[in-house]
Amino acid sequence: MTSKDKLVARDTLFEWLLRRGDTALVLGHRVSEWCGHSPVLEEDIALANVALDLIGQARMWLGLAGEVEGKGRGENELAYLRDAWDFRNFLLAEQPNGDFGQTLMRQFLIDAYQVPLLEALKSSKDERIAAIAAKAGKEVAYHLDRSADLVIRLGDGTEESHRRMQQALDALWSYTGEMFASDAIDTAMAEAGLAPDAASLKAEWKETVEAVLDEATLTLPESDFAHMGGLTGRHSEHLGHMLAEMQFLQRAYPGATW
Amino acid sequence: MKKEWPLWEVFIRGQHGLNHRHVGSLHAPDAEMAIKNARDVYTRRKEGVSIWVVPSAQITASDPGAKDALFEPSMDKIYRHPSFYDIPDEVGKM
Repeated sequence: MTSKDKLVARDTLFEWLLRRGDTALVLGHRVSEWCGHSPVLEEDIALANVALDLIGQARMWLGLAGEVEGKGRGENELAYLRDAWDFRNFLLAEQPNGDFGQTLMRQFLIDAYQVPLLEALKSSKDERIAAIAAKAGKEVAYHLDRSADLVIRLGDGTEESHRRMQQALDALWSYTGEMFASDAIDTAMAEAGLAPDAASLKAEWKETVEAVLDEATLTLPESDFAHMGGLTGRHSEHLGHMLAEMQFLQRAYPGATW
Repeated sequence: MKKEWPLWEVFIRGQHGLNHRHVGSLHAPDAEMAIKNARDVYTRRKEGVSIWVVPSAQITASDPGAKDALFEPSMDKIYRHPSFYDIPDEVGKM
């Protein structure tokens, strides 16, 4: 055990790392579902790049989580051998792709959160967290640039694209509140100087989201209702189905490699 | 098929000091998205440090049928090549 682990309880750090890793993994897998199905070739490659970035980030977070846990589990065991109730991703990340517009809206709402989060994590007292944030921050800055641009183009596009984007926003909005609901883990991490408090990211997120949605001529839903449960393992029905596909190979052929 | 996005030619500079080179083409609704798409399609393996995109429609090409008239005459004019000079060693690599 290094001194870094002692800034917070081992369980706290482990749980917090799972939130980062699982959100990246689940979103990355969702985006990868577009591979070969995107509306145009250029988008297909762009989405695959985003998915690969996210899965790369998941590997770093889960690798560190396994190290912190100290029970011999690595990134693969954590990704492929846990069931839905052990996952700690935001509910927003696991929501189905829907149409291309809904996929982009989901991406944008999460990208706008990840950018200030990773920026703040660059000055984490744990240099392992800071190092991951430095690498992931550059990738996510591009993701946001791209998703914001496309949300604006489609929102302020044709009548049909506008209708679809507004529909996507309305459908996903109630899943955004969970990202800012601080709990004991957040507080402990913030007090130890390891991570920003989740609630503190809301102002910057809101500013980005409002500016982009305004330019996209989309209307911000008024409801503050927020679905909760992702961070404590109470997921929507969608995650189980996703994991069944994602984990099939390792479940059916344990330890298979290629 | 007129609903297709216009075609763009993509040029990438591999490293500082080199010229931008033509690497291929892609479709995009405008220049800004053409740059983004080029980043995703052509620089996935660290191929470059700078991207140019040009609407393919803006490129004027020589007529392939006029190839002989354009290029044949230079074939036998070997005196145009600077290969008849002895370069003193002191000059070094040129």
